[in-house]
Amino acid sequence: MVRWKRVLSKVYLALIFLFLYLPILMLIVLSFNNSRSRVTWGGFTLNWYVRLFSDSRILDALRTTLALGIGSAAIATLIGTLGAMGIQAMKRRNYQIVMAVTNIPVLNADIVTGIAMMLWFVRFMPLGFSSVLIGHVTFSIPYVILSVMPKLRQLNLSIYEAARDLGANGVYAFGKIILPQIWTGILSGFFMALTMSMDDFVITYFTKGAGVNTLSTMIYGEIRKGIKPEMYALSTLIFAVVLIILLCTNFLSGRGKEAAEKKQPAD
Amino acid sequence: MKRKYWAAPYLVWVVGFVVLPLITIGVSAMTDDQGHFTWENLLSIGDPINRQALLFSLAIALGCTVICILLAYPAAMILRSLRLNKRGFAILIMILPMWMNFILRILAWQMILSPNGVLNFLIGKLGAGPLQISNSWIALMIGSVYDFLPFMILPVFNAISDIDEDTIEAARDLGANDRAVFWKVILPLSAPGMISGIIMVFVPAMTSFVIADILGGGKIQLIGNIIEQEFTKSMNWHAGSGLSISLMIFVLISLAFTMKNDLKDKGTTIW
Amino acid sequence: MKKRILLTGLAAVLAAGILWGCGSDKNKETLTVFNYGEYMDPEVLELFEEETGIEVKYEEALTPEEMYSKYSSGAIEYDLLCTSDYMLERLIREGELQPFDMNSLEYGENIGETYWKTAERFDPGNRYVLPYFWGTVGILYDKTKVKKPVDSWEVLFNGEYAGSLIMQNSIRDSYMVALKYLGYSLNTKDEAQIREAQALLLKQKPDVQAYLVDEARDEVVAGNAAMAVVYSGEAYLGKEYNENLEYVVPKEGSNIWLDCWGVTKYCDNTDAAGKFLDFLCREDIAMKNFEYIYYSTPNEAVIENLDESLRTDKTIVPDPEEIENCELYLQLDPDTNKLYNDLWKELKAD
Repeated sequence: MVRWKRVLSKVYLALIFLFLYLPILMLIVLSFNNSRSRVTWGGFTLNWYVRLFSDSRILDALRTTLALGIGSAAIATLIGTLGAMGIQAMKRRNYQIVMAVTNIPVLNADIVTGIAMMLWFVRFMPLGFSSVLIGHVTFSIPYVILSVMPKLRQLNLSIYEAARDLGANGVYAFGKIILPQIWTGILSGFFMALTMSMDDFVITYFTKGAGVNTLSTMIYGEIRKGIKPEMYALSTLIFAVVLIILLCTNFLSGRGKEAAEKKQPAD
Repeated sequence: MKRKYWAAPYLVWVVGFVVLPLITIGVSAMTDDQGHFTWENLLSIGDPINRQALLFSLAIALGCTVICILLAYPAAMILRSLRLNKRGFAILIMILPMWMNFILRILAWQMILSPNGVLNFLIGKLGAGPLQISNSWIALMIGSVYDFLPFMILPVFNAISDIDEDTIEAARDLGANDRAVFWKVILPLSAPGMISGIIMVFVPAMTSFVIADILGGGKIQLIGNIIEQEFTKSMNWHAGSGLSISLMIFVLISLAFTMKNDLKDKGTTIW
Repeated sequence: MKKRILLTGLAAVLAAGILWGCGSDKNKETLTVFNYGEYMDPEVLELFEEETGIEVKYEEALTPEEMYSKYSSGAIEYDLLCTSDYMLERLIREGELQPFDMNSLEYGENIGETYWKTAERFDPGNRYVLPYFWGTVGILYDKTKVKKPVDSWEVLFNGEYAGSLIMQNSIRDSYMVALKYLGYSLNTKDEAQIREAQALLLKQKPDVQAYLVDEARDEVVAGNAAMAVVYSGEAYLGKEYNENLEYVVPKEGSNIWLDCWGVTKYCDNTDAAGKFLDFLCREDIAMKNFEYIYYSTPNEAVIENLDESLRTDKTIVPDPEEIENCELYLQLDPDTNKLYNDLWKELKAD
């Protein structure tokens, strides 16, 4: 009975993963397709991977995308973490109001957020890289807050208060006591923000200035005439790199944890 | 410095880049081409066509949310039973697909579901007739569930994994069977996670015009498609703003009911 | 300690990110160019930058409406833009373009007389726009699925190919098909005629597999649909991928479109803009673009140098009699536009 259940749950999880990864598989296959059309199979080729690295526009867009992703995720994580700390210390009423506002970017249709920001930005600044950066930070912050908040809630704040009472300044107490405990929440917030930024199209499209291209805006421009196969190749590469990084960190942290678990009884 | 002031940069940011832009849209919603005040744009959500699109979007979003919940709970329960370090990995695997461009992934679904697509090829191998699900609400539903499922699994999983094993053991000792444990312990304790899942699935599912356009074959009109049409095709920004603001009010009101019990004590979690 | 380093790192990334936007070279001559997606060989831009030293900031959009939205928001001051006939008409009427002496272009003569004439429909005296590419709208069909050769819009409405036809997901292209089939002008302002077209499209809707813009061609190539309403350029590419496909401009007539370049009122450096336009007209450059896009080119120097097989391909170089019944879209009055928008929503909501 129990074994049967275990098999069933493995199968279920596998099916969910299949569902999530089927389109990815499809795109990976297309990156090896020796035809410019996505609906005809022209044989296996690595050509697109080679051509990718001689296409300066795609590489430029990749650089912009990465700079935007890392930059916006870093800013969002910084502001969002501090924000979450502050919000948590607020009184109930203020807390509710701020959390409601925090949800607005999540609740609004992307296109509305994008156009609202564009209409607002053009009043006082030229659109360029900075405006997209601000846009991305804005829609990423809620995800950071939402992932740091639960960790804060589990936190025992009395230690922090005690440290303050004993004369530690805020930054020091934060770094020594709070940060180690919410670190995982911050990291996942960062990763989430990075992912959202890499995947966004609509908000980027409306807030970007002339000549600023990300991979998504490039792909969008290609829809009509057919997506360039180089894009499939690049997506596959990005995907592979992230997957490898994840596998490595998981392997390392897994070993770290095992070691820690072994050590614990001796403490 | 008091801890609540740490939120200052965030509050400045929110006011500068969320609230003020929203007010810009709000002003645009309440004026006409000549800049005169009008309620018309806000009320146009009641027009027969817009109302129909709204109701249809509600139905689709509701269906999508329910399916996501139904799929997410077993997945989250299974993930909970995995070994600790495998767990974090399984979760990262959930968001990993988002590193492939969204438009590309939706186009891939179109290729999978089309009459000569991968799915029908496989079904044909099994000897069954071709399925006609491309360009329909079913395809739209599949695409939406696909796109938003991780946003349901993650918060539900987090809520479930935060439940103390002792609580469950206690329930069992008191004679609860699996079913009772789920309904009486796990579900109520994971409700906050489910609610944040609902927030992140329900609203986007109503407005995801790209999925509707590509997988619905342009025959399906979500409220998001109408807003998009007002902004980019009809170039009627006032009407578009009006619709978005009324949609937002509508969503906020319905969420206020859902979240009434969810503030401060339990809060929302996505991890 | 480690954490402090990390925080410093975060701050550095933050600062670098913000500086990125401001760090551009102010002294360099630049042109901000707005065009449809994939509507120019990227190599052409590189060559232009190499030859003239002028930096091009290149922007793309999918539809004329989207371009207009982005242009008119004033968010970016474009110098040059390429869009479709009726949108250019609107921009000219609203004073958004500045007159440009087309005779000053060294290679302007490469553009055939007929195309300058066509452009005069919305730009009398050829004061504002330079033709870039043109084409028709017609039916791309699969000969293995459609037994009789198609020559009329009727096949889309008689129910014979129910469930396997694809219409355009854009307002005017959809109504154009119905209006032309009914024998009306595609620029009609007569509400009764437009409503008649609406009735026809509503009746047709259950037969329509999908309303697509971008992927219509691929669906026919893949054999998912028997026929689709497409632009001639897409049809040529479709035929390249699948030899069983054929393209026809129905005998009732259709839309003929002309995409042109215009210089916006924001452009200060008309000298650079002129260099860019001239560059596009030069044979080798126009040829490069043609071989990238495969739409019909108005550049006669290019047509003369084409291979026999391309020059005789009616999709690329249509017969004059074939396009006799075709009309350009003209800008409609606000009331008619509103009628179209409302009817379109109604059609989609049905």
